[in-house]
Amino acid sequence: MATVAAPGVSDSSTISTRTWPREGLTRVPYWVFEAADVYAAEQQRLFEGPAWNYLCLEAEIPNAGDFRSTFVGQMPVVVVRDRDGAINAFENRCAHRGALLALDDRGTVKSFSCVYHAWNYDLKGNLKGVAFKNGVRGEGGMPPSFCMEDHGPRKLRVESVAGLVFATLLPSAPALHEYLGDEIVARIERVLGGRTPVVLGRFTQSLPNNWKLYVENVKDSYHASILHLFFTTFGLNRLSMRGGIIVDPSGGHHVSFSAIDRAAEKDQEYASQQLRSEHESYKLADPTLLEGFDEFPDGVTLQILSVFPGFVLQQIQNVIAVRQILPRAVDRTDLHWTYLGFADDTPQQRTIRHKQSNLVGAAGYVSMEDGCVGGFVQRGIASAADECAVLEMGGSTAESSESRATEASVRGFWKAYRAAMGL
Amino acid sequence: MTDAFAQIAALNARYARCIDDGALAEWPDFFCERCLYKVTTAQNYNDGLEAGLIYADSRAMLVDRVSALGEANIYERHAYRHILGAPFILAQDDAGTRAETSFLVVRIMRDGTSDVFASGRYVDVVRLDGDALKLAERIVVCDSSRIDTLLALPL
Repeated sequence: MATVAAPGVSDSSTISTRTWPREGLTRVPYWVFEAADVYAAEQQRLFEGPAWNYLCLEAEIPNAGDFRSTFVGQMPVVVVRDRDGAINAFENRCAHRGALLALDDRGTVKSFSCVYHAWNYDLKGNLKGVAFKNGVRGEGGMPPSFCMEDHGPRKLRVESVAGLVFATLLPSAPALHEYLGDEIVARIERVLGGRTPVVLGRFTQSLPNNWKLYVENVKDSYHASILHLFFTTFGLNRLSMRGGIIVDPSGGHHVSFSAIDRAAEKDQEYASQQLRSEHESYKLADPTLLEGFDEFPDGVTLQILSVFPGFVLQQIQNVIAVRQILPRAVDRTDLHWTYLGFADDTPQQRTIRHKQSNLVGAAGYVSMEDGCVGGFVQRGIASAADECAVLEMGGSTAESSESRATEASVRGFWKAYRAAMGL
Repeated sequence: MTDAFAQIAALNARYARCIDDGALAEWPDFFCERCLYKVTTAQNYNDGLEAGLIYADSRAMLVDRVSALGEANIYERHAYRHILGAPFILAQDDAGTRAETSFLVVRIMRDGTSDVFASGRYVDVVRLDGDALKLAERIVVCDSSRIDTLLALPL
């Protein structure tokens, strides 16, 4: 049975006795999805370790004092725009007795004041005021030795790429650009670079499974045409597509993409047959669902990009969204979707984005199944902690490939995970 | 009791019964041919954010939703029980009647687990289409920002 760990209190000491199967990247032991010690160690070694964690969009905190509260793994975090335009992030925890500093998901403040005893912090997370510090009428108060500079919530290092704000707890972590690598940065830039994103909606999906089962699913290009039958059922497969998988050298980040093959589409006859139904009996009654507009000159109609450990940027036709994957318990995960448009969208383009968004999210034609399949695994492995998943599709390495019939990017995740976790 | 109140209450009762009895093929018929059916959250609705978990601007798109649920999408068997409040009539004009109705939806999974899956309100525009009262607009505003696992059957 999966054991639910209370946040931050479970013991990670037994993790050192665990050994990964000798087959390496082609096997994943199921205890990794079920064990409380693993879950506790992930917080220390991964989320508060070398990882860069996605926090929010720059566009969500445009003005001084604008903040959002979010999480790094289980750690509550405030991310706030400072008066000089910089973005700061610090633990959402008062240095006095540990209460949350920000109780709202977002807002605008001049400073943060703990509701418990009114200890006050500036927008950098520095302690600036302690109520009754000098006592009342000469009685009580803090001792003279108390130094406010010695007390404060933990601060994070913050860096952005193309308007996406990431943070790390590890002072010695490489810079964000170095962490991502040129290839991943370029793939983020092709969707978001130089554009002004506008939030179109936010949705949270509660997943009944360990967070890594969802990450595996995102990186798993093998399942796409098997589990998700919407496109094949309605005969919406484009024949003239090319695509591939990019796995970065660390293994942790990946891109899966498909694009219109411009060369093949030059053949007019071929182009006229590009939408061929394999099941003639099913056709969309309203095919305007899939009417798109030419947004990307490179012809890429699908790009799923993940950043280790828990961030996804998706472009599915004209549906742009970011997904933040947050662990809530060993067997519970929050998936936060933020749907994006851009400031220069026309009303027609906006409507197209809204209609295509039927493809994604908790009710999405091509992503609904991803919400439940992790739970099927979590329940399936209930008494199989010492058994292993098999990841041999496409070989045993974690490298880029032109074929999507591969589990290379899933193996890549485990490569990066094991490196961070020391497993 | 006004006609509008009684008619919308009756429409809602038929609507809930249709979904809860599993007669999904008939569900699109509650809508005008040109319509808006959207499922969103109170936070998005209050912030004026327009995206939906489901966003359909034609009855045909609802027909496709039903076909996809039956033929393409994979999810564990489950059913809903809708408990609806009384409609509150907001306005009546040439465009139709604007009304709000609270809902509570219990989801019953195949193993018998019953949970409150969603609560919220329908924000509707109802009008005569021929001789039948139909939904020109139904914005399903869920109180919670959270959907458990997935949203398959319509609310």
